[in-house]
Amino acid sequence: MTPVEELLAELYADEWGRITASVIRLTGDWDLAEECAQDAFAKALERWPADGIPPRPGGWLYTTARNRAIDRLRRAQNEKTKLAQLAAEPQSAIAPSLEAGSVIPDDRLELMFTCCHPALTTEAQVALTLRTLAGLDTAEIARALLVSEKTMSQRLVRAKNKVRHAGIPFRVPPAHLLPERVGAVLGVLYLLFNEGYSATRGDELTRADLTGEAVRLTRLLAGFMPDEPEVGGLLALMLLHDARSLTRVDDTGGFVPLESQDRSRWNRAQIEEAVSILDDAARRGRAGPYQLQAAIAACHATAASTDETDWPQIALLYKELGRLTASPVVELNRAVAVAMAAGPEAGLVIVAELEAAGSLSGYHLLAATKADLLRRAGRFPEAAAAYRAAIDQAGTAPERQYLERRLAALPPSG
Amino acid sequence: MKYLLLVCTDGEPFDADPAELDPEPWISEVESRGIRLTGDRLRPPSDATTVRVRDGETLITDGPFVETKEFIGGFDILDCADLDEAIEVASKHPIAKYGMLELRPFWT
Repeated sequence: MTPVEELLAELYADEWGRITASVIRLTGDWDLAEECAQDAFAKALERWPADGIPPRPGGWLYTTARNRAIDRLRRAQNEKTKLAQLAAEPQSAIAPSLEAGSVIPDDRLELMFTCCHPALTTEAQVALTLRTLAGLDTAEIARALLVSEKTMSQRLVRAKNKVRHAGIPFRVPPAHLLPERVGAVLGVLYLLFNEGYSATRGDELTRADLTGEAVRLTRLLAGFMPDEPEVGGLLALMLLHDARSLTRVDDTGGFVPLESQDRSRWNRAQIEEAVSILDDAARRGRAGPYQLQAAIAACHATAASTDETDWPQIALLYKELGRLTASPVVELNRAVAVAMAAGPEAGLVIVAELEAAGSLSGYHLLAATKADLLRRAGRFPEAAAAYRAAIDQAGTAPERQYLERRLAALPPSG
Repeated sequence: MKYLLLVCTDGEPFDADPAELDPEPWISEVESRGIRLTGDRLRPPSDATTVRVRDGETLITDGPFVETKEFIGGFDILDCADLDEAIEVASKHPIAKYGMLELRPFWT
């Protein structure tokens, strides 16, 4: 890459979202915003090698995109109302201030809330976020989310139409709506992260990029909303998971469970950063599901080994998390923590309750957890049956192979 | 922005205190805010008449054009700043707790 290409790649992450957000605020036209952002980068690639890199590259891109938006609107005769809106904007206040070195307006928080408005489907929220804030193109989003390009393109068109036609506002919601709407944004960001992190199917490289985008956007949100502890909680949670990502899979692509991971290869600096972010969030005294999950992940990430992990604390955190979320999967995780703290039979009591409740029937991790606890309790024939059930239900090859290895490693029964 | 608020029910009586279903307090609040332009309850689908013109002939049938369990029991025309305001107003409608409300933006 030439120095200009390198700089533009670096600027892309931040400036794409900033440009689209600001053109959307000015014109209300999402397609125009994307076009203008694209144009600005193309123009920079063409001009900067000859003219030199401008002193404020971000400001140059922003002004170029904005001027392009105004040009386009002026030329379109049927866009009279939008022009009227533009005329009402204090243009002169924006343009010279750029030269004077002041801050470029940043409407990305508004854009985040608009993309994640609850009147849109989750799929639409994710697609819009990746397109307008992260700047991924339709083909990239389609690849990352494992749908066809045509489906993704239709999904984006439909989502943008809904925003425009239904009157979804471009703004940060008022205080009384904020808790719910922040929750929606966090939900989309965590979903993005998990899509990339789990990478159970498809092109793993592309999907790993989703993890990076999710972390970057959550960092951005945390910068905008330092007083929302759940934003910090989610950021800490992502950083903690990500810090261990290299050790989750072995050289052959096999799944490596936590207790067998090489802890020396965990990213210590990132774990420390996450713990400090989590401490800051917890100090605000409003616990929530992301902070609790991050606290659990921090217990694991800061322990020297499985044996030295604070399992009673983890069991307690899962109990609190279960109280907030009423999720049977959380209860299953609590069973594992209780088993580590108080022995496998104590964990099996919770597993039996979950089986009786029936809400996790067919979920391979219920059978896999039961199998593991039975194995540790020395009940090998029962463990073998549970492993076989789990293998039948497992969704991915690495998970199946892992369970098959476990089954094969059981002592031969009577 | 103008929205048509469709008040949908499945025709079963609601398990609610009649006072709770009284739309008057909602109407007066929304009208005092200048949001509700008009609205009314609708007679049931059994009182509906469906009209079509095919090959120059006017076809008239008794009943709704599509038979469903759910039907539109009333409507309101709202003039709101944006979808968030329309959602807020709809969520306060007395039927919101028992039936369903659909917000349809006007074409223009």
